[in-house]
Amino acid sequence: MNKTVKVVLGVAALGFAASTASAATLDDVKAKGFVQCGVNTALAGFSAPDDKGDWKGLDVDLCRAVAAAVFGDATKVKFTPTNAKERFTALQSGEIDLLSRNTTWTLSRDTSLGFNFAGVNYYDGQGFMINAKKLPGVNSALQLSGASVCVQSGTTTELNLADYFKANNLEYNPVVFEKLEEVNAAYDAGRCDAYTTDQSGLYSIRLTLAAPDDHIVLPEIISKEPLGPAVRQGDDQWFDIVKWSLYAMVLAEEYGITQANVDEMKNSPNPDIKRILGTEADSKLGTDLGLSNDWVVNIIKAVGNYGESFERNVGQGSPLKIARGLNALWTKGGLQYAMPIR
Amino acid sequence: MEHDVSYVRTEMVNAQAAPASERGVVKWLRENLVATPMDAILTIISIALLVYFLPSALRWLFIDAQWSGSDRSFCATVAQGGAQPDGWSGACWAFVKAKYEQFLFGRYTISERWRVVLVGAMFVALFVPLLIPRAPYKLANAFLLFVVLPIVSFFLLVGGYFGLPRVETQLWGGLMVTLVLSFVAIAVSLPLGILLALGRRSDMPVIKMFSVIFIETVRGVPLVTVLFMASVMLPLFLPAGVTFDKFLRALIGVALFAAAYMAEVVRGGLQAIPKGQYEGADSLGLSYWQKTGLIVLPQALKLVIPGIVNTFIGIFKDTSLVYIIGMFDLLGIIRQNFADATWATAQTPMTGLIFAGFVFWVFCFGMSRYSIYMERRLDTGYRR
Repeated sequence: MNKTVKVVLGVAALGFAASTASAATLDDVKAKGFVQCGVNTALAGFSAPDDKGDWKGLDVDLCRAVAAAVFGDATKVKFTPTNAKERFTALQSGEIDLLSRNTTWTLSRDTSLGFNFAGVNYYDGQGFMINAKKLPGVNSALQLSGASVCVQSGTTTELNLADYFKANNLEYNPVVFEKLEEVNAAYDAGRCDAYTTDQSGLYSIRLTLAAPDDHIVLPEIISKEPLGPAVRQGDDQWFDIVKWSLYAMVLAEEYGITQANVDEMKNSPNPDIKRILGTEADSKLGTDLGLSNDWVVNIIKAVGNYGESFERNVGQGSPLKIARGLNALWTKGGLQYAMPIR
Repeated sequence: MEHDVSYVRTEMVNAQAAPASERGVVKWLRENLVATPMDAILTIISIALLVYFLPSALRWLFIDAQWSGSDRSFCATVAQGGAQPDGWSGACWAFVKAKYEQFLFGRYTISERWRVVLVGAMFVALFVPLLIPRAPYKLANAFLLFVVLPIVSFFLLVGGYFGLPRVETQLWGGLMVTLVLSFVAIAVSLPLGILLALGRRSDMPVIKMFSVIFIETVRGVPLVTVLFMASVMLPLFLPAGVTFDKFLRALIGVALFAAAYMAEVVRGGLQAIPKGQYEGADSLGLSYWQKTGLIVLPQALKLVIPGIVNTFIGIFKDTSLVYIIGMFDLLGIIRQNFADATWATAQTPMTGLIFAGFVFWVFCFGMSRYSIYMERRLDTGYRR
């Protein structure tokens, strides 16, 4: 994102965040009957239209999960496609209730832009892809000295690239394009040795190459991009609902609650599961959030647990076939760790 | 011997065909392709280029193209995880086929799409007779098209009245957005542009100043900037909960822009009218509006038809800029669908962009041909 825009937005946010963020979002949402959710205009696996024009993706699933938690009906959600520039204004101005748009959690966004990040639904990071046939034997980004690197202009990606090569004392040659299709075409035509963007993006770009198997994604991650849903500061109840909707999906995976078995699981004697699904006698966990006690059941019925959503949208069940990696549960060597529901 | 004057023929010689080199294909070829050595060289180069590019383009577009399929595997080679033989390359029309409804209507509620089709049909029914000079009732026709249709379309497309469910503009997209935006912009910009052009040439200082300031400000700022400001900055200055419809923002922005450009085109025509015409009208005792409407504008507008159509075509293509504010016109929705992993292949983007280009070309070419026809028809006074 452009620096000046950031500053302007920041200044504007200081003045306006206070005035716009005081209303109780949950009441507003209930009154209008749907959750207005900001998503990416188009990002494979995260938010993209299917053949019928319905939104599909990991970020989209989170919006549906929140709608399911609030209304018990995952269809009570409306999507606002936002681009990188207008996403923050849309949230600040109250145009959307929730921003679920592969937004990196950073300090400045948390503070000066006036947001709260409700968790991380995808741990991403900037990586490199190279043509293994063209550069045989290269298996680390540190071997890319003197390489030409294709990159999209005007993104933090470009800055991270410069930082990384400078820090490692490597020479490189940036080949910069404005539009994603141009970068893809240039890389596919062999105009540059390497392609850099977020790793999740590299996998979807690989699908569009002439010979995908010739290309490998290098292991180095040169930036941390924890992507998560954001809400306006100053409305703790709404913040909690979004945060715990995400946690509920992750916990459900941890306890083996799936879209298919959620109804059976309601009879489970396991006290953890009983608490999560709200079947414990005189459970108040859901109502304390301002929701019904079967809120998790509704979420899981609508979108499945985190693992199901992941595999369906970006994992093995999708053409992208991204490995769980950092996004595996903490019990399986990943970073997805949800706080207990109790 | 009655006919002793032997050199006078009594019967006509039968007309002979023109020499082979002066008729038919041969003449055409000679005159157009190989008239001079330079022409011959250019012809050879052109033919060589066609022979080089055309077969592979046709192969890619039609012969090797994939016409049907349900996902990316139909348009990807085995190495790419699909079903096509390695080395295959062809247009993926299956992608366009699977998505064409989205390209037409965006995310407009599926059960309500008949409303868009109805508006489209009414538009064609009213627009086509207006284009045909011989068709009767021009005035009533124009009134229906420019006053009644927009109102009816508003209720039909937006809904929320008369038991029609509301379809937010957020869901609009595709060709429908392109056409609605450009129709409104074109229909608003011509009258507004004429008024601004007249205002700029007016003797009344306030009107003149207003026109000059409006035209120069709007022309001086890029449309992208205005759209960006309207979508990113404007909401911050409005009270909480008050939001302007994005589509409305785009509509107003594009229409005002087009009007400013149109004003300058029309002013060019006004300046080309000789002073004698104004004075002649004055001496006949015509009022300002009679003079303008009967004498000046008919001549001025005829002169600037190419400029006006040029602006129309510009507006039509400028509508793609609404992607800046998160709306999707035809090009926008096609590009958006490149992100659908189900269809991500090496061929998809090229196919989609060619399709978008073709649709835009059909509309722009149509406008251009019609303007040429109109120019010829109105070219009654003098040829230049």
